[in-house]
Amino acid sequence: MAKFQEMGEVISQVCLCPGIFDLTIKAPQIAAEAGCGQFVAVYSKDAAHLLPRPISLCRINRQAGTIRLVYRVAGYGTDEFSRLAAGDSVRVFGPLGTGFFLSDKKAMIIGGGIGVPPLLETAAALSRRGMRRENIQIVLGYRNECFLKDEFEQFGTVYIATEDGSTGVKGTVIDAINANRLSADVIYSCGPAPMLRALKAYSEEKGITCYVSMEQRMACGIGACLACVCNSTEKDGHSQVNNKRVCADGPVFNAKDIVI
Amino acid sequence: MSINTSVNIAGVTLKNPVTVCSGTFGSGMEFVEFTDLEKLGAVTTKGVASVPWAGNPVPRIAETPSGMLNAIGLQNPGIDVFCERDIPFLKNFDTKIIVNVCGHSTEEYVDVVKRLADQPVDLLEINISCPNVKEGGIAFGQKPEAAYDITKEVKKYAKQPVIMKLSPNVTDITEMARAVEDAGADAVSLINTITGMKIDINRRTFALANKTGGLSGPAIRPVAVRMVYQVAQAVKLPIIGMGGITCAEDALEFILAGATAVAVGTANFADPFTAVRVAQGIEEYMIRQGVKDINELIGAVR
Repeated sequence: MAKFQEMGEVISQVCLCPGIFDLTIKAPQIAAEAGCGQFVAVYSKDAAHLLPRPISLCRINRQAGTIRLVYRVAGYGTDEFSRLAAGDSVRVFGPLGTGFFLSDKKAMIIGGGIGVPPLLETAAALSRRGMRRENIQIVLGYRNECFLKDEFEQFGTVYIATEDGSTGVKGTVIDAINANRLSADVIYSCGPAPMLRALKAYSEEKGITCYVSMEQRMACGIGACLACVCNSTEKDGHSQVNNKRVCADGPVFNAKDIVI
Repeated sequence: MSINTSVNIAGVTLKNPVTVCSGTFGSGMEFVEFTDLEKLGAVTTKGVASVPWAGNPVPRIAETPSGMLNAIGLQNPGIDVFCERDIPFLKNFDTKIIVNVCGHSTEEYVDVVKRLADQPVDLLEINISCPNVKEGGIAFGQKPEAAYDITKEVKKYAKQPVIMKLSPNVTDITEMARAVEDAGADAVSLINTITGMKIDINRRTFALANKTGGLSGPAIRPVAVRMVYQVAQAVKLPIIGMGGITCAEDALEFILAGATAVAVGTANFADPFTAVRVAQGIEEYMIRQGVKDINELIGAVR
């Protein structure tokens, strides 16, 4: 799949809640090529911060030629991006990585915290395949602020878990699955490692397919530097040492293929 | 104006002086969609050992001001896969092949060098300077006697010219360069990364699982230029200069300081189009400055 470096024009940016930003960029070549679960690398304007920041694609609009990134401010790079405004330009490179492999099976889309955004395009893509709402069940776990929740509702039924119990079930996404007696044939998930670990165990117990989107510190984003590896159950294709590359072999993996 | 950009490293002609630093470019496969490999003087591959190496635990990298730390730990598929897959891939391109060789012991280095004897590769680069593996690697790169011995041993079996890759983590890099020259090395490359550390104050732990890592990127460039200059004054061997090169202007500093060729490293991660841009930029500089032959520039600053 082709990858492009584009000087994207910022269409809009809003703050969804403290520390979480929603940035739409015009990047037609990337938008035309991208799929759900993939990511882009976003460059700082300050050459002293030389590595681009990997950020997942929250929405892809091919007609408008735009990509939408919802991200948390976690350091210098994302802080700089959070100050971009309409009309500014920002260099982006992508689409990168291997995204979700979609099927028409009854699905649970499960997101945790800043792992929620890439699942919005995933829910939209399942809906575009013609899947019925009742087969798109969406389980979202948050600390407290339920960003993007409303947008998920157009594609399926949304179940919420919050750490403080302020919305939905108090506890984890697994608690929300159990409390609502949900079942599915496939899971599409993204979130913190403990959540993905729990989902891997859950899916093995239930005997269902589970896709997880992983995160790791990256340098090149194209599979060359071998920084962002995760342990795999089988030998990897690159070095044959059970180390899959999150940036190229992933970020989305079948949970059975990796050790979380 | 017709200009000559080709340079000679130990009898091997590179069409231009630009290659890449080992470990920043894989074996080129990941870069072909961005980079015309034929526009590079040579491709230098990621270090290859006698057997596959799994590398270090993650996190393996951390960004630092104008640079980054890495402790990948030389993850590689081993020489068998490398000979079956990576060399045939690179042979599709009209560029020279420099194979970086790593090992934990003299025997392991020699194993790889022997395996490469009948392979169609142009130069061997012996990595005696990786700071991120516990045995081997830098153990050979910090004492002149050890560097001398490994060079001598590798030269016994090597069928291609041998480049010894030097570490900056020494008191006097010219001593190391002299030692490998005395032992019969055909060229030197420098610098490998500088050992560093970053601490994550929020998690109150090391940023890298390996605790320490190798610092690379523009932050180390002045150190690298200085060392290339010193080595150029100390030995007659051709030098491949590297350390924080991001553009043609950076590369030209190394050439003027005494490097016959240059390698782009960390900048490949930041932008996969960099290496070819550096090669083009050197040519543009020569035209602008009326330099007919790149060799006029090598070591021109004394």
